Amino acid sequence: MVGDGASMTTSAEPYVLNIGPQHPSTHGVFRIRVVMDGERIQDLDMIVGYLHRSMEKLAEERTYTQNIPFTDRADYLAAMSSNLGLCLAAERLADVEVPERASYLRVIFAELQRIASHAMANGTLVSDAGAWQTPLLYMFREREKILDLFEMTCGARLTTNYMRIGGVAFEPPPEFWPALEELVDELPDRISEYEELLTQNEIFVARTRNVGIISAEDAINGSLVGPALRGSGVPWDLRKAEPYCVYDRMEFDVPIGRTGDVYDRFMCRLAETRESTKIIRQAIEGIPDGPHKTDIPLALRPPPGEVYGRVEGPRGEVGFYLVSDGGPAPYRFHLRAPSLINLSLLRELARGASLSDAVVTLGSIDIVVGEIDR
Amino acid sequence: MSDQPVPRRPATPMAQQILDRGSLLDDAKRLPSGVKAAGAVFALGFLAVNVAIAYIVIDGRLDGHWYDFRDLGNAIAQLRTELDDTGTGPWLSYWVTGLIGGVAILSFLGGFLLIGSWIERRLLARFQIRMGPNRVGPFGLLQPLADALKLMQKEVLIPIGADRLLFFLPPILVFIPAMLAWGPVPWAPNMAYLDINVGLLYVISITSLSVLAIWMAGWSSNNHYALLGAMRTVAMMVSYEIPISLSLLVVVLLTGSLNLNEIVAWQGSHNVWMAFLLPFSMFTFFFSSTAEINRTPNDIAEAESEIVAGFHTEYSGMKAGLFLAVELGNALLVGALFATFFLGGYTMFGLEEWVPPYLILAVKATTGYFFFIWLRGTLPRFRIDQLMTFAWKYLIPLSIANVLIVAVEATIAARWEAEGIVIYGSFALVNLALTVYAVRAWARVIGYSAELEHPEGPRTADRIGGLKAARQIRTGA
Repeated sequence: MVGDGASMTTSAEPYVLNIGPQHPSTHGVFRIRVVMDGERIQDLDMIVGYLHRSMEKLAEERTYTQNIPFTDRADYLAAMSSNLGLCLAAERLADVEVPERASYLRVIFAELQRIASHAMANGTLVSDAGAWQTPLLYMFREREKILDLFEMTCGARLTTNYMRIGGVAFEPPPEFWPALEELVDELPDRISEYEELLTQNEIFVARTRNVGIISAEDAINGSLVGPALRGSGVPWDLRKAEPYCVYDRMEFDVPIGRTGDVYDRFMCRLAETRESTKIIRQAIEGIPDGPHKTDIPLALRPPPGEVYGRVEGPRGEVGFYLVSDGGPAPYRFHLRAPSLINLSLLRELARGASLSDAVVTLGSIDIVVGEIDR
Repeated sequence: MSDQPVPRRPATPMAQQILDRGSLLDDAKRLPSGVKAAGAVFALGFLAVNVAIAYIVIDGRLDGHWYDFRDLGNAIAQLRTELDDTGTGPWLSYWVTGLIGGVAILSFLGGFLLIGSWIERRLLARFQIRMGPNRVGPFGLLQPLADALKLMQKEVLIPIGADRLLFFLPPILVFIPAMLAWGPVPWAPNMAYLDINVGLLYVISITSLSVLAIWMAGWSSNNHYALLGAMRTVAMMVSYEIPISLSLLVVVLLTGSLNLNEIVAWQGSHNVWMAFLLPFSMFTFFFSSTAEINRTPNDIAEAESEIVAGFHTEYSGMKAGLFLAVELGNALLVGALFATFFLGGYTMFGLEEWVPPYLILAVKATTGYFFFIWLRGTLPRFRIDQLMTFAWKYLIPLSIANVLIVAVEATIAARWEAEGIVIYGSFALVNLALTVYAVRAWARVIGYSAELEHPEGPRTADRIGGLKAARQIRTGA
């Protein structure tokens, strides 16, 4: 090429960048194979499966109660919500009554889990945007207190295994309630602190405004759920649309975004944290006395049939599709993981964007790889 | 199975090499005797020079009286005149003072690198409600030493497909300008190791040399992350050279000298800091230098969440340590340069008569360094295109306008030989007002909207539903 009269044009060819499975911003063992042209992303492949544990097949060998610990390991940042989803589905399948106190406890723990999970999601998002872990560690301050409450109640911090078919595993200890009230009192101040620090920060706004826009139509076509859907302006929240436990007695708002960009998803999560605080406060006030669970047979044998139970987890609709053949173990166990379905839109969002934008967009979708791979 | 124990074989050829290599002491014993003798002479000479400096400085033998420790620079200057007077020619004083300067810069920088990383980690931890390193030694003070030891023991990996020579050189090449740039920084009236009359040009040109080393590192690593980081660094550094040069040009316009010592002396004699006179240049210099030295909010060259570690992704062991050390040292260098150009250097409104001037400069430089740490603990990172836009559309046009304004002011000051507080006070006020106005007005001109300034938060849904409800809420139905 040198000999035959070099032309003055420069040519560039795309190259492949392999992000992950170990990378600071893939939030777990998740791999993206990106075809890049300079700083622009031309195309990307998402490669999942590094954390596959064959959870759904294993579940077919175990009783319904034995399957609850698996749901901890699916979405390890929101174990309570997944626990709750499986228990609700199994209760509907076997027609088990839940005491009212148990329902209130479930609401309290599910909402605490939502706050903890959103703190993690928002913290890592800002970390991805380049704030060197400061907001993450501030948000961990509250998350730690919530995890301490979990530990106080069920002995575990992440893999709680707390919900049971027909109630919850343990009554919270006496020191739980003052600690919870103290936390609920200080949470609104903390959330205001984050709002002051981040929502008006020029650099953060410049990095997240009009980045990774998902329109309401695209969000519904991509069957997004959770804050990713509400950030696009679709007012869909299972706690309102299809109330379970005692959510129909709680007063709270559903925050929705305006344009569907990263900033909106971030802000929706922050606002939802505030709403969760409200729900917990109402639950503390309204919780009745009584048993915290009903006794069910050790090997629960639901009548043959199928059920789809779903709850609004921190990342969206956590659905459990259970098929019973009358035996003690489910004939088919399927988990509808919100992260997997939310993630499927990343390819469309990242095409043509820069690498920095793609990283922030991925952070705003808030994936948990344990749930994607199962 | 035989009774003979099977010799354990190392897993890789490289591990075999390491086993065969023996210890460093064996290597030293195998050296030719000439090299050994030269090393001993060098070590003894190094020791002797240090002892001599200490003796001269503390005992003050040179001009017969107890030396005033405030003015270390005078001792060196005195030594230089003494050596010149011996009649051996200028080479002796040149070499001796050069050696002293080199030793001084190296020992100062080395000392700072050790304490600086501790300061940075402890402060960052405080910003992040953590404890920070507190296990090794009192308050974790020996942590940097432990880190350095660990890095030195680690194997330096060279990736397959790397250009070996180009991969080997950059950590050294990037360290040299970081040291050389300290030369003209005046620590006291006579205490600049390189008191040249083009000091400012020297600083700008020396600091821009490290681009080459970084590009070499990124290119030779045979890694796309490193290449991306190097491309970003080169684009960023080349762009931000211009605002830095323009902001320093303004300083030269007012002081009329490129000599760093005279720039400081001008600020001292006029009892004013350039920071008050030239607020826009101060901001430009500070922001641009964060881009030059890869620190938050412009650390896109090493953006951890995007491209892992940028151009030094593939470096391990002490080679990575050298890159990190340079980063740390450059932060202090920029702090010192910032203090020299904009905060009056070693002067402090007369305080330099009572306190050693080099201490004043050290305090100012570490204050600048503290600001870098503060930024790192607070701000997110820009995107590369935003950063480029900021340089080319924002900083450079405004800097050129700034040069024009200050040129007029410098002409006024020179034409009427005005020296008083009134004229410089009015310059300061005019410049501050113009800066505030121009920054806001130009932002509007290049399309910065008020909506970005105050983004709206989420709204509350008054109904629950799917697409239909979303459309109704959006249109306000």
